[in-house]
Amino acid sequence: MTSDVAIPRADAFTLRRRPASERLLDIGFRQLTISLAALVGLVLLAIVLTVFHGSQEAMATFGLKFLTTSSWDPVNGTYGAFTAIYGTLVSSLLSLLIAVPLGVGTAIFITENLIPKILRDAIGLMVELLAAIPSVVLGLWAIFVMEPFLRPFLNFLHQSLGWIPLFSTPAQGPGMAPAVLILVVMVLPIITAISRDALNQVPDELRQGAYGVGTTRWGALFSIILPAAVSSITGGVMLALGRAMGETMAVTMIIGNALNFSFSLLAPANTIASMLANQFGEADGIQVSALMYAALILMLLTFTVNVLAQWVVRRLSLRY
Amino acid sequence: MTRTQTLAPKPSQGFPSREGKSMLFDPSLPRNRINKLCTTVAGTFATIAVLPLLLVLLYVLWNGGRLISPQLFTQLPPAPGMEGGGIGNAIIGTIIVTAIASLIALPVGVGGGIYLSEYSRSGWFAQAVRFANDVLAGVPSIISGVFVYGLIVATRLFFNQSYSAMAGGIALAVLMLPTVIKTTDEGLKLVPQELRWGSYGVGASRFVTITRVILPAAFTPIATGAVLAIARAAGETAPLIFTALFSPFWPEGIFNPIATMSVLIFNFAIMPYEAQNALAWTASFVLVVMILGANLLARWIARAARP
Repeated sequence: MTSDVAIPRADAFTLRRRPASERLLDIGFRQLTISLAALVGLVLLAIVLTVFHGSQEAMATFGLKFLTTSSWDPVNGTYGAFTAIYGTLVSSLLSLLIAVPLGVGTAIFITENLIPKILRDAIGLMVELLAAIPSVVLGLWAIFVMEPFLRPFLNFLHQSLGWIPLFSTPAQGPGMAPAVLILVVMVLPIITAISRDALNQVPDELRQGAYGVGTTRWGALFSIILPAAVSSITGGVMLALGRAMGETMAVTMIIGNALNFSFSLLAPANTIASMLANQFGEADGIQVSALMYAALILMLLTFTVNVLAQWVVRRLSLRY
Repeated sequence: MTRTQTLAPKPSQGFPSREGKSMLFDPSLPRNRINKLCTTVAGTFATIAVLPLLLVLLYVLWNGGRLISPQLFTQLPPAPGMEGGGIGNAIIGTIIVTAIASLIALPVGVGGGIYLSEYSRSGWFAQAVRFANDVLAGVPSIISGVFVYGLIVATRLFFNQSYSAMAGGIALAVLMLPTVIKTTDEGLKLVPQELRWGSYGVGASRFVTITRVILPAAFTPIATGAVLAIARAAGETAPLIFTALFSPFWPEGIFNPIATMSVLIFNFAIMPYEAQNALAWTASFVLVVMILGANLLARWIARAARP
């Protein structure tokens, strides 16, 4: 037996202790990242507390009547946010009603192989870049280009369908209808992007199986592919709803900021966000508090919608 | 005649099915007509979806681009009713406010993202932070302005100043933070586990592993996310209108009100003067060029790094 393999001396393997400075650095860095991560929660908490604290005075004065009355009167100091809440809900829901078919249709058009890939990528890129255009620039465009262009059509609606309360006033400029349309432009990229990802994630086997049993492209889309993607698409739509409710600048510039309530879509209206943008800078006393109260309601609305969106995606996703 | 020829149907007859109907593609069948109709509808929708971008870009390029001149970058906005002038102060203001926001949001966001990905992927605290981050991402931008107004502007927190560039920068930082954390977290998760094992294997500490190995490996997604977050912040208006306010003068330090391009567009768009409206279009042009440029840069970074 040749057992003359050199056995190293035992002390060559003694563990080197890490210097204290290195350990301190490690622990310190960990503590630093923990505190930075905790800062997110703190900021969120601070936002809620600041807005809640600011709204105390108005809450005590107006109570829940704030939600159902629509007089916004800085002279007499009576405030009710019904017009703004109604405007927020109507403008965001109506814009989704238009944007969902448009967005999902676009997503289908650029995920299925209907046109050459280079065209599909170009359309996808353009919709994504649309999301990058600042809201205030879209507002500027809406004021000077879109609204004057639309006004004859809206007035035609008023003349022919004026007996319906929704079209009971003539279109004279800013109003709910142009605001809804600019919101469509703003939420379209979100819906398209999320639907596109959802459709891309549907396994190819499902498509091939559907085509294999002889269905047409749209038969496969309606009965196989869209049902498989519906949870993600619904989640995306809810996220878009949250975004539409909180969207401020473009809406503020084109909705007309009316303080009095009107059923007509052609008349000037108001949303919570646009009311905040318009009045916060010049408000004082209980008006600030009333605006904070309205801001709290907007936060609650968007929070509910966003949490629901996450829940929908997590719970309703199909296992295939 | 061969056997196969007798069996094969003549093309005009089609393939006989059990009911004696043709099995060749027949465009007049209801299913094929519906198919065609649906494709046309989807194509129309896609066209409508692309149209706003093209129209907005066209008008911004035409209305704003034709007014671009050197004095635009060096002069102050004119008084209401006056002609000429520039947006020099607003361009500098946007850069200053966005820089303040980035200096706050990038370190905090990257640090928080490191914690989520490297120290605690599934602990209750990390889950809570992720949830808070998602909620914060959904908070409307105007609320961030209201928050900073209540916390900093109304309380005169900084040197007894109310409206200030600093307050505006903080409001923008609140908006940037969720994006930066999310992209950092997801970028770090993409780094292969072997890199971490290898680094620990040669005796590196956790701090060295993260700063020298993991962060450089995840540079591309983090940089892409950062550029996109900065571009978005530069165009935000709602958080600035009652935090940074506006100023017709050159910036006077970060604790005074400051002009930004986005607020300038908002203020000048609703003024009844043509000179101001024209400046609003020009500022839109500068802003859109900057933001689309940053977006294309981010895409380029992402693509250049892909193997």
